[in-house]
Amino acid sequence: MRITQGTFSYLPDLTDDQIKAQIEYCLKNDWAVSVEHTDDPHPRNVYWDMWALPMFDLKDPSAIMLEVNACRKTFPHRYIKVNGYDRRYGRQTTGISFIVNRPAEEPGFRLDRQDAADRQIRYTLHPYATEKPAGQRYGESNGEPK
Amino acid sequence: MNEVRTAGLEQQRAAGVVDLDAAYRGSNIEHVLDELEGELVGLAPVKRRIREIAALLLIARVREEQGLATDKPTLHMSFTGHPGTGKTTVALQMAKILQQLGYVRKGHLVVATRDDLVGQYVGHTAPKTKEVIKRAMGGVLFIDEAYYLYRPENERDYGQEAIEMLLQAMENQRDDLVVILAGYKNRMETFFQSNPGFHSRVGNHLDFPDYSLDELMEIAELMVRRQHYEFDSAARAAFREYLMLRMPQPHFANARSVRNALDRIKLRQANRLIAARGLVSKDDLARLDATDILQSRVFQGGNDGVGEE
Repeated sequence: MRITQGTFSYLPDLTDDQIKAQIEYCLKNDWAVSVEHTDDPHPRNVYWDMWALPMFDLKDPSAIMLEVNACRKTFPHRYIKVNGYDRRYGRQTTGISFIVNRPAEEPGFRLDRQDAADRQIRYTLHPYATEKPAGQRYGESNGEPK
Repeated sequence: MNEVRTAGLEQQRAAGVVDLDAAYRGSNIEHVLDELEGELVGLAPVKRRIREIAALLLIARVREEQGLATDKPTLHMSFTGHPGTGKTTVALQMAKILQQLGYVRKGHLVVATRDDLVGQYVGHTAPKTKEVIKRAMGGVLFIDEAYYLYRPENERDYGQEAIEMLLQAMENQRDDLVVILAGYKNRMETFFQSNPGFHSRVGNHLDFPDYSLDELMEIAELMVRRQHYEFDSAARAAFREYLMLRMPQPHFANARSVRNALDRIKLRQANRLIAARGLVSKDDLARLDATDILQSRVFQGGNDGVGEE
């Protein structure tokens, strides 16, 4: 099941040139671009791991693409996203956030029903991927990056 | 009228004719070149070389548009010359020219020295150099006193690692980054001799001559005027004399020494005004006196350049 989230969730995955153009747009708006990765596909998982620091000092999309590609090389089987932070409001505001890398196979989710008091039903999403420990979910042998 | 012109253009294009005037104006480099001319005193050979380089780059661009494939011109440069001869200023303008002509995307200048590139311990150098290269991408990386990267007397020096990464970036990221190496002429020559990789990747060598006395005076006048001060005629003569004494001394750094001397003169002028108290006119506030200049150590046979580089 192909997971979608963020700014271009309704579009097919962006090509590298399109990613570069989006980064260019961020830089033009003076947004700080950062790269994050995770192997927990749950939609409520908002705390992804940071790939180095946000790139406050870079002026060119090629330099940021270098980091995106370095992250892809280290974590080829994880979800990777590019964020653009708009600091104009004085607080951390995401101006843009889109997925640039995904695992080859995405096992998807199961719907769990829980019987609660008074025959109430509670629903929860269970990602099959999280049945394995972190770091071993998408064909990686252990927690260490390959 | 417009239709006629468009039709004319169509014809020209069909015949493979290019309007160089339009290309020149379109590239907007005239403005930057004029700025260079106006802002920098002297440096005639440098300005000439920059015009030549700009012409070459423009023609290369037009040729490319016409489908006449050539190797991309090598853009990396070396600027040699004594301190204070305008290398950084010219590099700034160069970045603008390269951007106008579409050879770099952003046209910013990142200045780096050995400290910014070379690390303190094993494994520290590569990320440091990479960081600087990334910051300079889309613009120009200006490495001041580049020869300090190479320390042959210490074979375990980490400078070699930085050199290798730079060479790699100069080769593989030619579209993203232009590197300008700067420093004293003779030391740069030794550096290039011992690092042939750099020499073959640097396309243009620009030598910055020292300023003559008249040029230094012109620079001083320019700086004084820009800061809303003025020399009276006695002060002008005194400053000329100061320069004559100062120029042969060690640590003389051309325009930078002039700027530092002016800073000290401003200080003495302020002291003089405070000591006199009472009423001052606007002219007094602007005027630099001969006495402000003649108090300098240089006139007592001292060196004004101590602690100045």
